[in-house]
Parts: sequence; structure tokens; C-alpha cells
Amino acid sequence: MKNRIEKIFDRCRKEKRAALILFNSCGYPDMESSERIIQGAIDSGADIIELGVPFSDPMADGAIIQKASQIALQNGATLKKVLAMAERLRLRNPDTGFILFSYFNVLLNYGLEALTEELERIGIDGILSVDLPFEEKEELEPLCHKRGLHLIPLVSPATTPQRVRLITSQTTGFVYYVAVRGITGVRSELPRELLARLSEISGLSPIPVVAGFGISSPATAHQIAQHARGIVVGSAGLRLLFGEKPLEERIADFKAFVQSLAESLCLDA
Amino acid sequence: MKSHYGIYGGQYVAETLLPTLHELEREYEKAKKDPEFRAELEHLFKHYIGRESPLYHARRLSQHCGGAQIYLKREDLNHTGAHKVNNTIGQALLARKMNKKRLIAETGAGMHGVATATVAALFGLECEVFMGAVDIARQAPNVERMEMLGAKVQTVTTGSQTLKDAMNEAIRDWTARSEDTFYVIGTVAGPHPYPAMVRDFQSVIGLESRRQCLEQCGKLPREVIACVGGGSNALGIFVGFLQDAPQVNCVGVEAGGHGLDTGIHAASICGGRVGVLHGCKTYLLQDNDGQIRQTHSVSAGLDYPGVGPEHSHLADEKLARYVAVNDPEAVEAFHLLARLEGIIPALESAHALAHAIAVAPSYSPEDILLVNLSGRGDKDMENIRRYHEKTQQKNPQ
Repeated sequence: MKNRIEKIFDRCRKEKRAALILFNSCGYPDMESSERIIQGAIDSGADIIELGVPFSDPMADGAIIQKASQIALQNGATLKKVLAMAERLRLRNPDTGFILFSYFNVLLNYGLEALTEELERIGIDGILSVDLPFEEKEELEPLCHKRGLHLIPLVSPATTPQRVRLITSQTTGFVYYVAVRGITGVRSELPRELLARLSEISGLSPIPVVAGFGISSPATAHQIAQHARGIVVGSAGLRLLFGEKPLEERIADFKAFVQSLAESLCLDA
Repeated sequence: MKSHYGIYGGQYVAETLLPTLHELEREYEKAKKDPEFRAELEHLFKHYIGRESPLYHARRLSQHCGGAQIYLKREDLNHTGAHKVNNTIGQALLARKMNKKRLIAETGAGMHGVATATVAALFGLECEVFMGAVDIARQAPNVERMEMLGAKVQTVTTGSQTLKDAMNEAIRDWTARSEDTFYVIGTVAGPHPYPAMVRDFQSVIGLESRRQCLEQCGKLPREVIACVGGGSNALGIFVGFLQDAPQVNCVGVEAGGHGLDTGIHAASICGGRVGVLHGCKTYLLQDNDGQIRQTHSVSAGLDYPGVGPEHSHLADEKLARYVAVNDPEAVEAFHLLARLEGIIPALESAHALAHAIAVAPSYSPEDILLVNLSGRGDKDMENIRRYHEKTQQKNPQ
């Protein structure tokens, strides 16, 4: 039987589009609003949600996610609360992909055995630990396999072709190509070599390659969608959730943005 | 090269940095074996830093304590006033070899920032130092020194605005600019190969002091004592003596702040749990949810929620012992050394001194305690003044 992530990519292929993967800083601005925001993203067309569990020292993230994490923590976000939220979201959204996304210390502190057991019980599809590279995955990977969870790896523009092969041949689910070198955040322009490199990596990987880090508009999303099986959007959406407007209006802007992204991912004939 | 120490160490960073770390490891391995690199390092140690640093018998302090003879390894006499430059010179040489144009560094007390700015000037490299806003306020003279040396000081306003946040920001900068930038980490923490590389550059302290101790005293010390924040001066001196256990005890002194039981301290081994931060697995100060905790120490250089992974391993294996000294004892030791020996120590080093002062009476006058006096205290004048204002204590007269 195919797992949920495989089914999502199959469905997208049938619909001739790339998958929309949305990163969300859980607990921003608070747990209750965060749940509504994520549900809004799903209702607006997100196929997979990356549930970002805030960490006090998010060294791979840019200013927007740092700020969201800090506010979420001040307002009491914890991994336990994120898991409780994830369980409710799963019950309402049986077909959506959910990936738990965090820094390794947060996961390690919970207990990897207990965490993977809980994720299987809730029906979460996988884990992405941003600071757990190929070299350090041994502590977590066997536990993920035992529980039917994908351990989603990253590759970057600096990753050599041999290393891309090494990383992608030993994994399931999908691989996340960090399209712009460096940390997360919004960029208005995409580097030129990106699309060529993306095609190269897609050619090397036996599992779907999704691209992220820096996608800020439906136009760039559409461009990348021609070369990847999915696109990841984080900061650009999160940015709309900041500002002076009432929260309801911000959430409406956010949902409209997600919808515009979802509609931009069709493949050109 | 060993990337783990027992379960500790490793390379817990995003994939974006892995190729850069692999390149650094390869280049460092090559440099270590290169006679030219070694010769240049030794030349600069001698003629630029002023090595070897003296081993000094603190007679009046020893008499005052009654008991063991206290010897000080005078790293405070190095150029720039602390042990930090041993490491920055090594890393800058490596950066030049790798054709990097720009050095970046994190700094807490500012000593590592100054030592990095110094070698950047020496080698004609661009230099940017990340420093938390809180530290900038309490270490203003070092900010001026860095700027005088031509470095740009970047104020870090995220998180707790101290050393750990400066390190986050430096890692972010490095991730985005590793093609032309070399990240000079100031302690034996961070992802592999940093803990090993920094230890190697600092091991000159231990190698010198073991030989000096045998020459001057004809025997080895009973305890080798050093303060531990990240732990580079401690590991540097321990390396010379680990082979001599159990005859010689290596003792790392952490910052006990207001006391371990108050939770207001920076003692990662004595009061922390295993976790992962800044690229390595090690003892950390964290809350129940795995979030990194605020730390406190009267000395900015020890105010860090983690510790070098090799120390975590040495602690577990009981190859070294780790204790905590609280703010008041460190401040008292600071004054005592100034008054009895005419040496103003860094507040960091004063923690190590305080331990020596406390245990000296339990030894006989034939025994030797070796303290790594890792830095000088000029930078701490304002800190000490503020400390006494807050606690309304008078300087001991």
C-alpha cells in the first residue's frame, strides 16, 4: 500500500501540477490562532504542512521565522502542544501530509523513542530536523523506519552530485532542495543557476525533489514548479501574518496568498 | 580526525554547511602535517604572541592560603591579554591558506573578538565580529579595541542578546557566505572539526606548562585548574596532563553565578543536561521543553549555555572533574590576586583561582596547584565596579 506522501505526489502528477508544501511556525502568534492559520492553509490548497516547532536558537532561519519562533515561545508554545494540535488537524484532514519540522534539540529533549511512537499514533508522516544532516541521522533514522515515518533530508547548492546520490538513495518521502544558498528568508530574485541545478538534482534522486527557501511570489513558484515535484513556502506566507492589521484580516491575506500559490503550480503544456 | 568524543560532538548543522565543514577538515588535516605551516605558527607564537608564557610561583598567595604552592600559567601576558590569540592565529593562518578574504567571529566578553580582529589586521583580512547588545553594553572597551583594529562589530539583538545569539548570527552569516568567509570559532565547541582544531591550537598551554613545572619544581602538580565557559583554555592546559592521571587531577571550574540551586548560573556540566546546540552534542542549560535557558555569570566570557563536547566526555568518563564557583568567590579571588601578587586577573580566570584558594589548605606545602591564568582583568574594571554597586560590598582593603 502506498503511503500518504507518495499518494500526494501521485495525485499532483495526475493533476499536472507540483505539490504545495507550506511551512508554518506553530504557536505563532499563539497556539489557538496557529491552528486556524494551518487549517486555513489546508483549505486554501496546501498539500503538505511542515509543522515548525519553535526553538530558542533557530540558527538556520532568517529574521521572520526567528521572530515568529520567539513570539510563539513567549506565548507558551511547546512540542507537546504542537503534537496535540497536530492530532486535531489530522482528524479533520485525513489526506493532508504533515511533517514535523524542528531543530534536533527539541526532538531529543522529548525523547526520540517516545516522539516517534507518538507521531505514528497521531498519523504524522515524517520528520525534518534541520540540523540533523546525513552524518548524524543514525540516532533517529532507525526509529523513524520502525514507525513508518519519513526522515526528510535537505540538499543544497553546495551538495556534490555524489552526495546527493548518497543522501537520496537512503531515504523515503521526498528530499528538500534548499534552493537559495544560506538561511531561510524571502528573496525577490532567484539565482540563475537554480533551475539548471534543480533539474540536475531531480535527475539524480529516486524520490521527489521539492524546492524551497526564498520563494516569494506565484510567478517564481510557477517557474520552479516546472522543475520540481513540489515547492516549499515559509517566510513569504509568515510575513503576511505580521503587521498592524487585525489578525482576522492578516489570516485572510495569508489564505489568499496560499491560494494564489496553489493556483500557480500547474505544469506548462 | 575524531569527530565524536564518546556520544558527544558531531556535526549537527544544516546540510548547507556540511560541504564547507568537510573542506575545512581536509584543509586542516593537510595544514597539521605541513612543516611550513607549523613553522610559521611557531614563529608567530614566539615573536608575535610572546610565547612561551611564564609559569609563575605565586608565593604570597600560597602563603596566604596556607597549604599547597600555587603556580600560575601566565596566559594573561600573551599579546591581546588572553589565551584566545593562540587559536585565532592558527585559524587565521588556515584561512589564508584556504584563500578566504574575510574572517568572522562571535564574541561574549570581547576577548575572542579582539584576538580575531588582531590577526585579521596582521594578515590583511576583512573582519566582522558578532556581539550581543547586552555584552556590548558591559564590555565597551573591547568594542573600541576591535574597531581600532579595523574590525566591524555587528550588534546582535536577537534572543538573549549574548554570546549564544552572537554565535547563531555568525553561523547564519557563514552559511550565506562561506565561499569567501572563514568562521573563527573562539572555543572548543561548534561542529567538528572546530572542537579538535581549537584544542590543538590551545594545547601549547598544556605542553609548555608541564615542561615548565618539571623544570622548576621537579615534579607534576596535584591539580591542574582552569575555568570553563566553552572550555578552550581548560582543554588547552588539560591536554598536557591527561596522561598523568590519577597522579594529576584536571579540574574544570564552571560559572556558578548565584549558585547552582538558584538556577541562575552558567554551569553546563554541573547543572545541565545533554542536548544539541551550535553544531555539537554536549551538556546544555535548557528548560523542560528543550529550549536553551538564559545563563548568568559575573564574567561575560563564561556566560554560555553549552560547553565543548570533549569536556562532556571527560566529565562522564571521570577523566577530569568539574566544579562550580559562584560570583562572590570569583570576585574575592580577583581582589586577592591583585592585592597579594600585583596581578589583576580576568574574572573568568578568577573562577579557577577561587577553586585553588579553596582547596589549597587541604594540601601540604610540597604539593603544587597549577592554575591557568587565562586572561588579564583590565577589561573587567567597569564590571567589578558595577558588581560592588549592586551587592553593596566594599572592596577588601
